[in-house]
Amino acid sequence: MKRLIAFQTILYKEIHRFVRIWPQTLLPSAVTTSLYFLIFGKLIGGRIGEMHGIQYMDYIVPGIILMSVITNAYGNVVASFYSSKFQRNIEEMLIAPVPGWMMLAGYVGGGVARGLAVGGVVMGIAAIFTSLKVEHPAVVVVVFLLTSILFSLAGFLNALFANSFDDISIIPNFVLTPLVYLGGVFYSIDLLPEPWKTISLGNPILYMISAFRYGFLGVTDVGIDRALLIITGFILVLLGWSLWLLKRGTGLKN
Amino acid sequence: MKALSINNLRKVYKNGLEALKGINLDVEEGDFFALLGPNGAGKSTTIGIISSLVTKTSGKVTVFGHDLDRESDAVKRSIGLVPQEVNFNQFEKAHQIVTNQAGYYGIPRKQAIKRADECLEVLGLGDKRNESARQLSGGMKRRLMIARALAHAPRLLILDEPTAGVDIEIRRSMWEYLRQLNRDGTTIILTTHYLEEAENLCRNIAIIDHGEIVENNAMGNLLGKLDVTSFILELRKPLERLPKLTGYRLTRIDDRTWSVDVPVELGIHGLFDVLTLQGIEVTSLRNASNRLEQFFMNLVEAGRGERPSV
Repeated sequence: MKRLIAFQTILYKEIHRFVRIWPQTLLPSAVTTSLYFLIFGKLIGGRIGEMHGIQYMDYIVPGIILMSVITNAYGNVVASFYSSKFQRNIEEMLIAPVPGWMMLAGYVGGGVARGLAVGGVVMGIAAIFTSLKVEHPAVVVVVFLLTSILFSLAGFLNALFANSFDDISIIPNFVLTPLVYLGGVFYSIDLLPEPWKTISLGNPILYMISAFRYGFLGVTDVGIDRALLIITGFILVLLGWSLWLLKRGTGLKN
Repeated sequence: MKALSINNLRKVYKNGLEALKGINLDVEEGDFFALLGPNGAGKSTTIGIISSLVTKTSGKVTVFGHDLDRESDAVKRSIGLVPQEVNFNQFEKAHQIVTNQAGYYGIPRKQAIKRADECLEVLGLGDKRNESARQLSGGMKRRLMIARALAHAPRLLILDEPTAGVDIEIRRSMWEYLRQLNRDGTTIILTTHYLEEAENLCRNIAIIDHGEIVENNAMGNLLGKLDVTSFILELRKPLERLPKLTGYRLTRIDDRTWSVDVPVELGIHGLFDVLTLQGIEVTSLRNASNRLEQFFMNLVEAGRGERPSV
C-alpha cells in the first residue's frame, strides 16, 4: 500500500509538472500538427490524391498523432528525469523507501500521461481538418499504450546516461526525428523503390505507425501481429536494461 | 539502543580514492552528535552511505538495529536527511516539496498535506507555503530542507551543514528548534563548519580526517584535553611594549588589543594577578576562537604534520 502511494506521488508530480508548463509541453504539438494538416493535408494533399484508397489527408492523421505521442513521451521522461538528476532532487526518492522499479514506473507513467494528453490534443485538431474514424479501437489503444511505454523507457535510459543537457538532445534530434519521419508518417513504403523499401523494414517506428494506422483506417504496410511483437520485444529489452541499471545505481549513485 | 552503528566502513571510489578507511562509530538514541572534519575528510561520504546515496565498498551500517543491506526500507524510514546543498526542484511550491516527500514514504496525500503544513508552520514558513522554492531567501531554503526532512517524522535526523550561509538570527532560531526536536526524542547527527554551533548543540563528537576517525568523545572530555586557550584582551590604556608575563605568550594586535595564550595549568586568574601587579587595566576579554575550533585546528594541523598533537 505504501509503495502504491509512492507511485501515485511520482505520477502526480510528473503530471502536475507538464500541466504546469503547458505552453512548453502541450501547445507546441497543437501548433505543429495544425501546420502539418494545413500544408501537407489541405494544400499539397489535394494534389497527391489517395493512398491505399484513402484520401491523403486522412491517411496521414494516425502517423501525425503517433509522432506526437512518441516525441512527447520520450521528451517528458528525458527532460524531467535529467532535470531531477541535474538539480539533485532525485535524491528525494533515493533516500526514501522507493525501489528503482517504482521510480521507473512513476516516470514511465508520466510519459504515457503526456503522450495521452498530447495525443488527445492532436486528435482534436485532426477532427477539425478531417472526418476522423476509428476502425479498430482496441488496436489504437494497445498501440498507443505500448508505443508510449516504449519511448518513455527510452527517454529514461537517455536521462540515466546523460551528463549534460547536450546529451539529452542528441538522440531526439539525430536518431528519433529521422526514424519517425522515415517511418511512414507521410507515405506508404509501397511507394519506395528497392532497396529503400527493404531498408525501411529495419526501422522499428514503421511498425508502430503502420499498426496505429491499421487501428484508425484498417490499412497497413506490415502485419499487425508482427508489429505488436516487435514493439513488445523492444519494451522488454529496454525494461530489463533500465531495471538492471537502476539496481546497479548507474547514473544515480557513487 | 544505538541509533546508528557503523563497523569497519570502507569506501573506495572508482578513481581509486579511499574516502573511508574502515571507520567505526556509534551514536546512541537521543544523542545530539557532531561529525566534524576538514573538507574532503569523508563526512559527506559517511552520510551518503548511511542515507543510501553512496554505495559502500565494505563494512556494516545499522540504524536502530536495522541492517542497511538487508532492511534498507526500515533504515530509510528511520532517517531524515538535510543535505549540504539545496537540492529541491526550484520550480515547485514549498508545500508541494514537503507533501511529495511525505508521499515517497507512503503517507497518504491527505495526511501528507496536513503534515507538510505542520512542518512548514513550525519552521516559520507557513506563510510561504504557496511560493516557488526559487523565490525563497537562502535561510528559508535551508529551513524548507529541514521541513522536508521531517515530513515522515524520522527518528534520526542527519544535518549536513544546515546553517551554511544563514544569518546569525535565523541560525540561532534554528538551533533552538533543533534543541527542541532533540528534547522531544529525535536523535540528531550534525556536520558543520561553524564549530561554535557544534560546541553549543552537541553532547558527543567524532572528528574524521583522511577517512579515519581521529577523535570520538563526549564534548566535555574533548575540550578538557585542550592545554592552551587563547584570549583577546582589550586594554584601557595603550601599551607600546610587552609586559613580562612568565608562562603566558602575548602577541600584539594593536596598542590596545593583545592576544594571550593561557596554559591550563596556570589559568586565567594567574594572568589577571600579574596584569594587576603591573598596573595594566583590562576592559574586556573574549576567546580568540571558540574552544572546539582550537581543538579542531590542533588536531587537523597535527594530521598534516604541522604541529604536535594536543
